Amino acid sequence: MTEILRVEHLCKHFGAIKAVNDVSFTLNKAELLAMIGPNGAGKSTCFNMMMGQLKPTSGSVYLRGENITRMAPRVIWRKGVGRTFQITATYQSMTVVENVQVALMSHNHKIFSIRPYAHKLYRDQALGFLETVGMQDQADRHAAVLAYGDLKRLELAIALCHEPDLLLMDEPTAGMAPKERIALMQLTADIVKDRGISVLFTEHDMDVVFGHAHRIMVLNRGELIAEGTASEIRNNAYVQQVYLGGGQLYKKSEEGHVNA
Amino acid sequence: MGLFIAQLLTGLANAGALFMVASGLSLIFGVTRIVNFAHGSFYMLGAFIGYSLLQVLPGMVGFWVAMLLAAIAVGVIGVIVELLVLRPIYRAPELFQLVATFGVILVIQDLALMIWGAEDMLGPRAPGLKGIVRIMGEPVPTYDIALIVITPFVALALWYLITKTRVGILVRAATQDREMVSALGVNQSWLFTGVFFLGAALAGLGGAIQLPKGGADLLMDFNILASIFVVVVIGGMGSLPGAYLAAVLISVLNVFGVTYIPQSTLVLMFVVMAVVLMIKPYGLFGREEVAGEHGQVGEVERPFKPAGLNARLIVAAFLLVLALVPLYGSAFSMVLITDIVIFCLFAASLHFLLGIGGLVSFGHAAFFGGGAYVAALIVTYSDTPMEFALMLAPIGAAMAAVIIGWLCIRLTGVYFAMLTMAFAQLLWSLVYQWGEFTGGDDGLLNIWPSDWLNDTTVYYFLTLIIGVGGILLLRHAAHSPFGYGLRAARDSARQAEAMGIHTKRVQWVAFTFAGAMAGVAGGLFVFSKGSIFPSELEIARSFDALIVVFLGGVKTLSGGVVGGAVLETIKDFLTRFEYWRMTLGLLIIGVVILAPDGIVGSLRKASERLGITKRPEGEV
Ligand SMILES: Nc1ncnc2c1ncn2[C@@H]1O[C@H](COP(=O)(O)OP(=O)(O)OP(=O)(O)O)[C@@H](O)[C@H]1O
Ligand SMILES: [Mg+2]
Repeated sequence: MTEILRVEHLCKHFGAIKAVNDVSFTLNKAELLAMIGPNGAGKSTCFNMMMGQLKPTSGSVYLRGENITRMAPRVIWRKGVGRTFQITATYQSMTVVENVQVALMSHNHKIFSIRPYAHKLYRDQALGFLETVGMQDQADRHAAVLAYGDLKRLELAIALCHEPDLLLMDEPTAGMAPKERIALMQLTADIVKDRGISVLFTEHDMDVVFGHAHRIMVLNRGELIAEGTASEIRNNAYVQQVYLGGGQLYKKSEEGHVNA
Repeated sequence: MGLFIAQLLTGLANAGALFMVASGLSLIFGVTRIVNFAHGSFYMLGAFIGYSLLQVLPGMVGFWVAMLLAAIAVGVIGVIVELLVLRPIYRAPELFQLVATFGVILVIQDLALMIWGAEDMLGPRAPGLKGIVRIMGEPVPTYDIALIVITPFVALALWYLITKTRVGILVRAATQDREMVSALGVNQSWLFTGVFFLGAALAGLGGAIQLPKGGADLLMDFNILASIFVVVVIGGMGSLPGAYLAAVLISVLNVFGVTYIPQSTLVLMFVVMAVVLMIKPYGLFGREEVAGEHGQVGEVERPFKPAGLNARLIVAAFLLVLALVPLYGSAFSMVLITDIVIFCLFAASLHFLLGIGGLVSFGHAAFFGGGAYVAALIVTYSDTPMEFALMLAPIGAAMAAVIIGWLCIRLTGVYFAMLTMAFAQLLWSLVYQWGEFTGGDDGLLNIWPSDWLNDTTVYYFLTLIIGVGGILLLRHAAHSPFGYGLRAARDSARQAEAMGIHTKRVQWVAFTFAGAMAGVAGGLFVFSKGSIFPSELEIARSFDALIVVFLGGVKTLSGGVVGGAVLETIKDFLTRFEYWRMTLGLLIIGVVILAPDGIVGSLRKASERLGITKRPEGEV
């Protein structure tokens, strides 16, 4: 198995708060790895350090063996990493398809071009990515009027634009109806299979996690407390305790947390 | 040594009024997030009202009672302004509030002119404090000593109010977290009104107590504006100790500057500010502002596409009408249209930065005036042909924009705005004080076009071609991938960075491009007038452009051009009347409150409501 991402002893301290403490793991090619944990466990903080939005206090991140710690997000993106955010980040003044087109312009190094009529540039290609996530019929709608679940799908389309090897998805299904969640994760699993992309995702919906993840990591108070297959995690006593005395692992937790 | 100490004391005394005005501004900003441009006007009113009160209140007690009453009166005026002008627009974007307070400046200017007349008033000396004391042989006015003693007490009283009383705790809570205050069940709008009273009263007090030193005149409002912004920005927005420290720093620096380097007193202040901000971007005691935290609110911009065939035909027909003006119009109308086209290009360049880029610059005049001065200086000092000088104008402006942009783009929101203003003022003070080279206040004269262009009709065509060409170029850029990158950086810098876009670099290039286009307008301007004065670099010039962009509609593509045309026309008409400032000010305030979408935005909505054009699904 080829390794895509390796995280070693990653730490992030905000003053006295150890948001992430000595986290290490690897992610292999075409693997769908889930990171779960209660609210405030440090999942988003981990993501932000891997993608460069936050500088770690200590520790390193390697992409295909190359040390990418402390690189800027835009540099890491060019190395073939895409991400979606827990709180969606899209361009609200543009149409849906234009959101995808901007990513394609950036991918093709066209951002500094002043040749007019960018709205025609890469439009067909962008429509293709929208079709992948099932949004082609909404292509010309204003992004500001989309439902939250649709914004999440739009973000996924954007993240797929530069044919990444690695996708980091922070709560990709938050704000969606249960059926939609399963469909989106199925779509993600298909992408992993078809394109050989590796995916690391966080998720509060345990149906989604246990249904699709190849491997699961559990984070609690900034530390990795367990790692394994779905059944190993399900039967881990410590994990059950963390999730308030078992059973909870199958409950959906609240939606729309505001920790970005 | 004696002289040194005497000067130090003068500096400290001058810091008094400056601190009072600046702390008021800082307080208002901290709580309401409104950058109150009318704060200089409150200061001026304090001086005038204090002056009138002193005519009827004699003696030592009368003097201090007058000071206090002046402060209270200005506080009440502040409350009136807050209730009538600002309360309806607290939820509006920052720029709206700014423009509204600028309208207040204009209204107060004319009100003061009506009541007190155009004469400068010499302040009476304070009874009981008329003498001087000798410190190591150097004379120091007793009143200065009194000010040095009083100011820390005012500062302490403020500090006590803010840190030890219930009201103060609410004010601080509001400074940190506005939502929390309303969650505590406190009526937020009355808290805002109260803070406005206090802030305005402080400005009034500052204006009144400097009467024995400086008197009262109609230029006080703009004259102090730059200094108080420098003080607040150096100290850190919302910080009282910072305001005090910075006021002392700037005042002392000024006094020594006047003695040792009289040619650069103004420059000095802005240099200090620039240096402080480069080291501590949020001021000495300021809190870091997260981008977008207090950014643009309100409706989201709508997507836009290049104009359709119909719109193009209308614009083409309109341009044809303009091109034929020499056939049927008077020379006067050609001069007027030349002015308007130049101004429209200037406004359109700011609109590109502000509307497309979301970068609210308070110093765009630096590039308009800068371009004009580059052309004028080249013509004055070397026998450069006019055609070449006209080309150098945008190049010079772009060079200034590269440097200023590099220094400013790191900051966001209000801090970006303040820093751009500081650099524009730096440029202005350079031109103003370096008289031997730039002509100073007398400007540069006899900058005429080459012979073949030195004719109203020919120059009219030149302006039309270059001006309209520039505006079209800006529009093209908005529709280009670069325009999309710029909008992406504005809409979500987080997402843009995560898709490989170097947002700061995109913004830097946009800043330079907009600066160059303003430089084109400046070059056209100087040859159309034949002269150039420092006023083209002033804060007021930057504001003209801001107001125009806003009047036209920030969130529309043609807002800058339409606003420019309308405002220049209105101004041309209004300036024939004596109290035109008040009319213009009221007009601006009216538009802010009644038609916050600007001219283009309001027309668009009206036509959608009437069913002339279709409203896109989901839009409001
Ligand atoms: N900028 C910050 N400053 C201080 N503390 C922070 C900061 N960002 C995150 N934290 C703290 O770090 C901890 C981890 O936060 P993080 O957002 O990574 O959790 P999470 O696992 O993503 O939670 P959720 O499931 O709610 O999204 C939390 O206790 C949070 O309060
Ligand atoms: Mg999170």
